[in-house]
Amino acid sequence: MDWLLPLLLIVLKSVAVIVVLLIVVAYLLWADRKIWAAVQLRRGPNVVGPWGLLQSFADLLKFVVKEPIIPAGANKGIFLLAPFITGMLALAGWAVIPAAEGWAVADLNVGVLYILAISSLSVYGVIMGGWASNSKYPFLSALRSAAQMVSYEVSIGFVIVTVLLCAGSMNLGEIVKAQDTGYGALGWYWLPLFPMFIIFFISALAETNRPPFDLVEAESELVAGFMVEYSSTPYLLFMLGEYVAIVGMCAMMTVLFFGGWLSPIPYAPFTAVPGVIWFLLKICFFFFWFALVKAFVPRYRYDQLMRLGWKVFLPISLAMVVVVAGVLQYVRA
Amino acid sequence: MSAAQVFFYLFSTVMIGSAFMVIAARNPVHSVLFLILAFVNAAGLFLILGAEFLAMLLVIVYVGAVAVLFLFVVMMLDVDFAELKQGFLQYLPVGSLIGAVVLIELVLVLSSWSASSASVGAAGAPTPSDVSNTLAIGRVLYTKYVYFFQAAGLVLLTAMIGAIVLTLRHKPDVKRQVIADQNERDKSDVKLQKVPSRAGV
Repeated sequence: MDWLLPLLLIVLKSVAVIVVLLIVVAYLLWADRKIWAAVQLRRGPNVVGPWGLLQSFADLLKFVVKEPIIPAGANKGIFLLAPFITGMLALAGWAVIPAAEGWAVADLNVGVLYILAISSLSVYGVIMGGWASNSKYPFLSALRSAAQMVSYEVSIGFVIVTVLLCAGSMNLGEIVKAQDTGYGALGWYWLPLFPMFIIFFISALAETNRPPFDLVEAESELVAGFMVEYSSTPYLLFMLGEYVAIVGMCAMMTVLFFGGWLSPIPYAPFTAVPGVIWFLLKICFFFFWFALVKAFVPRYRYDQLMRLGWKVFLPISLAMVVVVAGVLQYVRA
Repeated sequence: MSAAQVFFYLFSTVMIGSAFMVIAARNPVHSVLFLILAFVNAAGLFLILGAEFLAMLLVIVYVGAVAVLFLFVVMMLDVDFAELKQGFLQYLPVGSLIGAVVLIELVLVLSSWSASSASVGAAGAPTPSDVSNTLAIGRVLYTKYVYFFQAAGLVLLTAMIGAIVLTLRHKPDVKRQVIADQNERDKSDVKLQKVPSRAGV
């Protein structure tokens, strides 16, 4: 029974990560709405608490105390399973993300592959929810999302391969350490792999169904997509899963391209700041861009989305894998 | 009981149960979902064996891509269960005959199976202890088995081209969007027409 203590430690770590994550997500959701409002010259949420800071918690309470309605024709088990899967998978991705040196819950050797596996599973929440609702708009949305998420995963995979080639490891902590070159922010991978960095950002928007790629829940065509039939806590779980996945994508960009917990200026006063602060600041920076894109880019048409994924991003990222491998071979030989 | 044993029995029980449910479930969508559960548990078993690379690939390729397509197809099908179940019993003799043959063959093979003398040393250490599992697979795949690896890639490429050729239909009378042309279009190419309002067509 000597494995009981490590198990308890893992459980405690996971609970700590989830609690911090959920609080961060609550405020990022608020920030998302505030940024969106600011672009459109509105005030945004400003009633609950000072500057509306408690708005997310008020929403949470409202969702939890309302009655969950299950449509008569729905496949009940799968209908209720879908939001749980979405929420659970989004949280599970955070198990391997290092918030500071050695702070990951699970320091996997194949951390990057684990993240890819989790994000390729997240399509199931959408498909199951769309099918089990037994209604045409959710089903159409499920079909769209399956095609969209599978397409953009391919280019995300190739982008990650270029980073792996440079870092020489699939461990997320090792990838961050490989970016610690002494040049600070200029030594991180966003500069040498700049086209890949942009492709990853845009693919991340598509992978998390954010505007301009939110064809899955395009309200002008599909009402609210696969979430049409959901109410109260199941709906809350879908929204939670979506935002946790977005923050997860921001964290992936931070780790792969922005030096994770490293300080952007590698000199005395800045290196004294704890790594987790830098990590959080970088996540907020990327989330700010996610929010801005939502505010000022119009939605793509579906065939254009597919064209962008397969005919533009896939060839570029595939060519970059070859180029990066060639350059590395030439430099290291 | 060690933690690995606990997880081994957990994964294998769930896997056998869900594999049974794949054929026992009445709804084909439930069958595919149980198949996915079986895949995920198989990945768990790989993890216990220390083959973390294979485990992750199983989840990414089979669960993340292949099973999504299965689910896609099954959801789109309009399956009539009563009709499907009708001829079920008439296939029972043939089915059980094939099952019995496969079972006998497996028993014969497994009961007389023994490791060759060349592989005895390799079986003890499936992965070299000095490098990680992924690196070990990469080393073998891109050096010793590189031609087989390339051949497998070519086979897959042929299959992909075949699938595209089979499904691609060019309709000559359909007007298609050419994004490059649109981007090249200059302001001077476009002629603006002044349309009088309230004048009708």
